[in-house]
Amino acid sequence: MAEFSLPANSKITEGTRFPAKTGGKNLRSFRIYRWNPDDAANPRVDTYELDLDQCGPMVLDALIKIKNEVDPTLTFRRSCREGICGSCAMNIDGTNTLACTKAIEECGKREVPIYPLPHMPVIKDLVPDLSHFYAQYASIKPWLRTQSTAPGSGERLQSKQDRAKLDGLYECILCACCSTSCPSYWWNGERYLGPAVLLQAYRWIVDSRDEDTGARLDELEDPFKLYRCHTIMNCARTCPKGLNPAKAIAEIKKLILQRHGA
Amino acid sequence: MRQAYKITEHQYDMIVVGAGGAGLRATFGLAAKGLKTACVTKVFPTRSHTVAAQGGISAALGNMGEDDWRYHFFDTVKGSDWLGDQDAIEYMCREAIPAIIELEHYGVPFSRTEEGKIYQRPFGGMTTRYGEGPPAQRTCAAADRTGHAILHTLYQQSLKHDAKFFIEYFALDLIMDEEGVCRGVIALDMAEGALHVFRAHGVVLATGGYGRAYFSATSAHTCTGDGGGMALRAGLPLQDMEFVQFHPTGIYGAGCLITEGVRGEGGILRNSSGERFMERYAPSVKDLAPRDMVSRSMTIEIREGRGVGPKKDHIHLDLTHLDPAVIHEKLPGISETAKIFAGVDVTRQPIPVLPTVHYNMGGLQTNYHGEVVTLRNGDPDSVVPGLYSIGEAACVSVHGANRLGSNSLLDLVVFGRAVANRCAETIKPNQPHKALPASALDKSLANFDKLRFAAGSTPTSEIRDNMQHIMQSDAAVFRTGETLQQGVGKIREAFASFEDVKVSDRSLVWNSDLIETLELQNLLGQAVVTMVSAENRKESRGAHAREDFKTRDDENWMKHTLAWIDDKGNTRIDYRPVHMNTLSSDVAYIPPKERKY
Repeated sequence: MAEFSLPANSKITEGTRFPAKTGGKNLRSFRIYRWNPDDAANPRVDTYELDLDQCGPMVLDALIKIKNEVDPTLTFRRSCREGICGSCAMNIDGTNTLACTKAIEECGKREVPIYPLPHMPVIKDLVPDLSHFYAQYASIKPWLRTQSTAPGSGERLQSKQDRAKLDGLYECILCACCSTSCPSYWWNGERYLGPAVLLQAYRWIVDSRDEDTGARLDELEDPFKLYRCHTIMNCARTCPKGLNPAKAIAEIKKLILQRHGA
Repeated sequence: MRQAYKITEHQYDMIVVGAGGAGLRATFGLAAKGLKTACVTKVFPTRSHTVAAQGGISAALGNMGEDDWRYHFFDTVKGSDWLGDQDAIEYMCREAIPAIIELEHYGVPFSRTEEGKIYQRPFGGMTTRYGEGPPAQRTCAAADRTGHAILHTLYQQSLKHDAKFFIEYFALDLIMDEEGVCRGVIALDMAEGALHVFRAHGVVLATGGYGRAYFSATSAHTCTGDGGGMALRAGLPLQDMEFVQFHPTGIYGAGCLITEGVRGEGGILRNSSGERFMERYAPSVKDLAPRDMVSRSMTIEIREGRGVGPKKDHIHLDLTHLDPAVIHEKLPGISETAKIFAGVDVTRQPIPVLPTVHYNMGGLQTNYHGEVVTLRNGDPDSVVPGLYSIGEAACVSVHGANRLGSNSLLDLVVFGRAVANRCAETIKPNQPHKALPASALDKSLANFDKLRFAAGSTPTSEIRDNMQHIMQSDAAVFRTGETLQQGVGKIREAFASFEDVKVSDRSLVWNSDLIETLELQNLLGQAVVTMVSAENRKESRGAHAREDFKTRDDENWMKHTLAWIDDKGNTRIDYRPVHMNTLSSDVAYIPPKERKY
């Protein structure tokens, strides 16, 4: 008989509770996934209570406050703190998003759960291993591909209308929120490119300066790389930059269909 | 030492430390020239702080009206308050044009004009006809996400050139030999907690600024000036560290950047009575005066009781009069940022803003090839063999005492390219590496081991918080001898308190408590030399505004400060002359005059 249960070492245990040091009236708790490869223990969830009157408004402010004042071992990536670098992508209150632009007061649950991006190998605590995601990005050769020589002293011209086609695509910050929210990517992530990388692929396909559309479509026409998208739309719902990868994927599928004369 | 560390050795022709705009441009430039190159970076390349640059990158393309690179040269010299080296400024402004065209050919999604050319917007201090003509439209933009567009494109080019990256490796120290030659770097692989030595014939420090020495900065958490910290520990000085740029429009409270491009597109700063006060301070260019002047004007308005808000402690940036279609097309990013961090709908309400630490004009002194130089045996331009620096980590000096907006993205690509070209000329690929002296790593390993097990009584965050508040209050927009002397005392104490640092995380894998402590060490050295250099410079020039020495003093102070610090926190100051020559006869040296706009 097949056994349907998690391996023993992946079961999450209840960790430590850190009550607010000074009390306070505006208390909120954060339940944070913790796992350290060094100590060979199962993952646990630690609970940290903070006085929000003494804390900045964003979830990242809470994480930094915990790290600075309560538990310096709490580990997460962060950099720009303004939603442009994509470092602090994680699962907060049940949704993949950026900790730096997610307001604490927008979180529904009284005790806010914070987990690493789903279905990625965890390096430590909230730090996932994104190497495969980055390798998939590199695999689409995401750079301007041309056969013609560029004009000697000037730019390649692009009309405002053609440039507008890149809006909603070029803004992607590679945070991986969308790909790691996609059940199809969870299931077939090794071979399915996932929404972020397909959105990037489409960004080059529609760029009027790019001259390799045929090869780009050839490279994507594959039952796994592209067609594992089943329009579940989690990608568009979760994107912290308000982009719509599902639409980009649909456009790629349409172009391939058109090529077949459908 | 508590532990014997296993060290993996790598051999390359060139190592670049840092993967922002400058580091990436250098990395694939070097790789393309056939030098075996690797880039060591503490964050994935597209997370580097170049990604947060908004307004644009300057070049006299003339797509939107009259322009000439010589006007750009003049504006940059004047913007620098005559502390910039005019040979380097000539190089940058002339090379700007091919450098930006090259970026476009790489695929940067620039905004466009009706003719399909790169869109350019006005920016502070950018004029035509040597300051006599109308404002120049010189700043090439991809909406208000130009840094993001450029950084991603440069990473894509690095993938195209199959450049080698060591990602989430934290550089600990330079490896210097007895002759003062840089022979490589030692770094920590954060994912494994293992040490790596990278041997190289050249090391390029492209590690960015140290904005996080201050409490309120537009800079990312990762802007900790690690290259500057490494250089100081290697016994090298840093140049012009007293010049810290306050960006006029950081969001009040959060400190997030609101681009100068807002004013380029017509946005206006207003005080509590709704007055466009910049008309009084810079009658000709008004809100588009250089950043040092605007930040000072705002500070005076607040100080004289004309600030906005319940505490009258900030200023309004008003763009409600702009066409919402223009805001949507040209300023979508800051509309989002203002909504998230200030709760403001920019089409209806002004943005609350405050001058916020943004950029370090100072850094590792280099020539315009990106070679690090130092003062040795009376020679102020003595090259440190094997060591290069570019971008915000460096002080070429093209920005002098005050950088003009949109000249920093330019600095990154121009000097990233320059260093690659220089190394291609001077370094032969695949040469053998000389044996390292046995003691080459001792100091660095001892320091690493000491901090790994640091069991003092003051947590890293507490020392950092103390340092940031000292810098914020005593090395601010306006400075006086009294507060600077007080600041020197306090920042020295903060430096000394690092002896008592407490690291709580004893693990090896992704030990961010340890990394933050190493970063703090880098910040502290630079904080001290910043304060000491500021106390020492008894004049007002560019971003260094002294209330006890209100004017520029070219006779005594038209020179670059060099500042050293040793392990104990003892500092030493010396000087380098400003280069008062241009590179070619295409443009004439611009002698100092009063800086008025």
